[in-house]
Amino acid sequence: MSELFEIDNLQIQARKEDGTPIPIVKGVSFKVKAGQVVALIGESGSGKSTISLATMAYCRPGLEFPGGEVRLHGKDVLSMEPQDQRNLRGNNVAYLAQSAAATFNPAITIGEQVTEAAVLHGVLTQDEADKRAVALYHALELPEPARLGRRYPHQVSGGQLQRLMAAMALVSGPDLLVLDEPTTALDVTTQIEVLKAFKKVIREEGSAAIYVTHDLAVVAQVADHIVVLYSGEIQEQGPVDLIINNPTHPYTKRLMAAVKPTPKAGMGEDLDQQHSRVVPNIEVKNMTAGYGGIVNGKPAITVLRDINVKIKNSHVVGVIGESGCGKSTLARVIAGLLPAAKGEIFLDGKQLQADLKNRMSEELQKVQFVYQMADTALNPRQLIGEILGRPIEFYRGIKGAARREEVAALLRLVELPVEFESRYPSELSGGQKQRVNLARALAANPEVVLCDEVTSALDSIVSSNIIILLKKLRDKTGVSFVFISHDLSTVGSFADEIVVLYAGRVVEQGPVDEVLAPPYHPYTRLLISSVPELRVGWLEDTMQKREMAVGIARGVEITDSGCPFFNRCPIAIDGTCDVDTAPIREPSPEHYIACHRTIEEIAEIEAAPQQVLHGFEVAAPEGDKAAKPH
Amino acid sequence: MTDATQGAETEAEEGKTIYDELPDAPPKKKLKLSWTGKIGVALVAFWIIMVIVGPWVAPFHEADIIADDSYLGPGYVTEGEGTHWLGTDYLERDILSRILWGARMTVGISFIATLLAYAMGVTAGIAAAVKRGWYDMILSRINDAILSLPTIMLGLLIVVAFGSSIPILIGTAAVIYASSVFRIARAFGQEIMVMDYVEAAQARGETIWWIIFREVLPNAVMPLATDFGLRLVFVVLFISSLSFLGLGIQPPAADWGSMVRQNLEGLQYGSLAPVWPALAIASFTIAINLIVDDVSAKSGGDLAKKMIS
Repeated sequence: MSELFEIDNLQIQARKEDGTPIPIVKGVSFKVKAGQVVALIGESGSGKSTISLATMAYCRPGLEFPGGEVRLHGKDVLSMEPQDQRNLRGNNVAYLAQSAAATFNPAITIGEQVTEAAVLHGVLTQDEADKRAVALYHALELPEPARLGRRYPHQVSGGQLQRLMAAMALVSGPDLLVLDEPTTALDVTTQIEVLKAFKKVIREEGSAAIYVTHDLAVVAQVADHIVVLYSGEIQEQGPVDLIINNPTHPYTKRLMAAVKPTPKAGMGEDLDQQHSRVVPNIEVKNMTAGYGGIVNGKPAITVLRDINVKIKNSHVVGVIGESGCGKSTLARVIAGLLPAAKGEIFLDGKQLQADLKNRMSEELQKVQFVYQMADTALNPRQLIGEILGRPIEFYRGIKGAARREEVAALLRLVELPVEFESRYPSELSGGQKQRVNLARALAANPEVVLCDEVTSALDSIVSSNIIILLKKLRDKTGVSFVFISHDLSTVGSFADEIVVLYAGRVVEQGPVDEVLAPPYHPYTRLLISSVPELRVGWLEDTMQKREMAVGIARGVEITDSGCPFFNRCPIAIDGTCDVDTAPIREPSPEHYIACHRTIEEIAEIEAAPQQVLHGFEVAAPEGDKAAKPH
Repeated sequence: MTDATQGAETEAEEGKTIYDELPDAPPKKKLKLSWTGKIGVALVAFWIIMVIVGPWVAPFHEADIIADDSYLGPGYVTEGEGTHWLGTDYLERDILSRILWGARMTVGISFIATLLAYAMGVTAGIAAAVKRGWYDMILSRINDAILSLPTIMLGLLIVVAFGSSIPILIGTAAVIYASSVFRIARAFGQEIMVMDYVEAAQARGETIWWIIFREVLPNAVMPLATDFGLRLVFVVLFISSLSFLGLGIQPPAADWGSMVRQNLEGLQYGSLAPVWPALAIASFTIAINLIVDDVSAKSGGDLAKKMIS
């Protein structure tokens, strides 16, 4: 019996301008059996996406296949006629790209897009395809399967769109499903929902899959077999248990080390508070902000509501929440990039103007903002020396040779070679650019640095290096950091205090060890249990828990009154939580939880986490009203 | 401070393994011309040299009426004077000499006019993108008004009103074409204004001039340079059209456009006299387009779309 799918000594190369070949993939071989999920794991640039595209006999322009075979059912697809390759792509191999939002056409209904490829290739008639699509929506646990096809892509959530991509790929019943980083761009809670659905549908359909990712913890949940890649070569491959529990290759070990630990109290290091001042560095009081015109202190679209946050001197405050909860907006308001509609911001006890245009130069200097994407944050036509030198000259009046020395010192501070000052940003790698991005903020000699998701766009290893750097910078410079992230374990290992945002409101805040230890706010609890663990079977275990079942099944609903978490909360009180604003409770000094339940009640529930309360069903897909019609 | 930085250095050395960061991104590719681009460069270089040395290279003076007859064929030899390699025109003048002299007028005037159009259009366009608000509003409406007028009609009007002189011609062409440059520069400026690095400069408290000339303009240079080539072609054609209508360069000065018009009746006698200057215009404009295509392909294909506005 031949394998379903086999890659045999595959080579892919690019060419230099003078025609000398540059190998991209250097002789990779692995097999996929029917019903098996094989994970390709590695950093960006390791060739994993290139290999996954080769499964469809496709390579990006400029690349070529000098050797090797890609066999499906024993037939080499690379040497097929273009027409046969086209049929192969529609019928036998389905490819699932990373970003669902970019894959769907916003002007065409979901049903039409999901069935299009199967009908176009003549595999199914429109009727058959529609029926099969509805069955797949059921299998993928999407809401209202019968009517979902008539909706438009913007009417469903990101996680649902990602699952719809799977439906699109599976409609024609492919032999092999290729998933290219399908959950990388998602929040943890959404990621679980998507992983669970993928796993279920792959098992039910019995199709084989290649799962491409850089996250070992995710791989541990879905894959049977792991192939570890580095710079176009296989470093190690084997069954998932073996690789996870007993990695032999040093690169696999490094990948393991970069897996985020489960967030828990005491994961960060203690910080000596010796240079603490009495005045809090930044204090935000009763701040409301949003977009659109402001009428009576209320913006057209309110993103943040009644926020009270303090950032102490040389503290790291982590701001955490799912995408859309307003965490970036909070940083932009503090920086003055988005003027607040209501409320005050104090810097060292002095009130700051809401709009940065009205702020004094030294106030601007003290608060620096670090953008998420270093690619757009650094001017591509300026040398690194100019990018770093300008704030030094602008704020501190240092010029000429002294300025060059300062730039060199900054580059050393962020652990980059001094020669980089005469390079352009395009000549740096992603992690190096992010270091320059940080260095620019530090060049101003600030008191507070606002970091907006600075590690989100980076690979696990590169981003853990950036975190190590940030910790060193905090210790060396004594500046305060506001660290915005959707990644609780990164925040937990780095921050002194955590602010948990949900739908524009602070639901819990306090010292990191208090927030990451019981009693939790129900939303914090959900976030903590959603972080994948590097353990086979974790996904199944987690989905057994009641708070996950309820919390995962439903989406965020932004409300004007009551507690925003009401519809996903396993311990919500009907008639209270959806009507009244939650009171703020203080279980210990400076630790605040906004919840109608008393601390005692929360603690009791934590003690018996499997107990079902208030008649909530454990799994309630029928009662799923998550996808709200807009 | 020195201790701390040195500490950082050694730590970086130790912590570095081959897996830490993937190799540096490759340095940017230099602009490499295709063979069509090379032809373009050669032709443009030839005409630019002729702008400078044309009158000295040319066998005769542009205004010399020396030949035996009008509309003589290529290669005719006038006794005691020399060979007319491209024949003679309706006034018994040497065509090759007039084309070489005319390069100075056609190519030179167009170049100066395009430069002026760029200086005005780019500054105003990027300033409009950076300042926004009422400033952008007023500039854009004035610009729309100029754009709404047919270029040749507007040109005719100005030339008739102020008389035909070289400075007036240059000024007219510059104003007319500055309006389309303004639109493109404003569009590029707006695109660059939403980048985080511009916001970072604004948040730093930089002045508007810093933002225009240090943050925005350097990023618009490449696409604008490509557009410069195209715009130059339009100006050549514009001046040639005006000359063709008799309102451009005044006789006896040679200009490619007026040469086509003046010799047009020669076609009835089977003479190639109007074809040679037409070929000169074609060779210059096509050569510039060949270069533009190459540069445009290197800096992203969607550039061409934007320029057809």
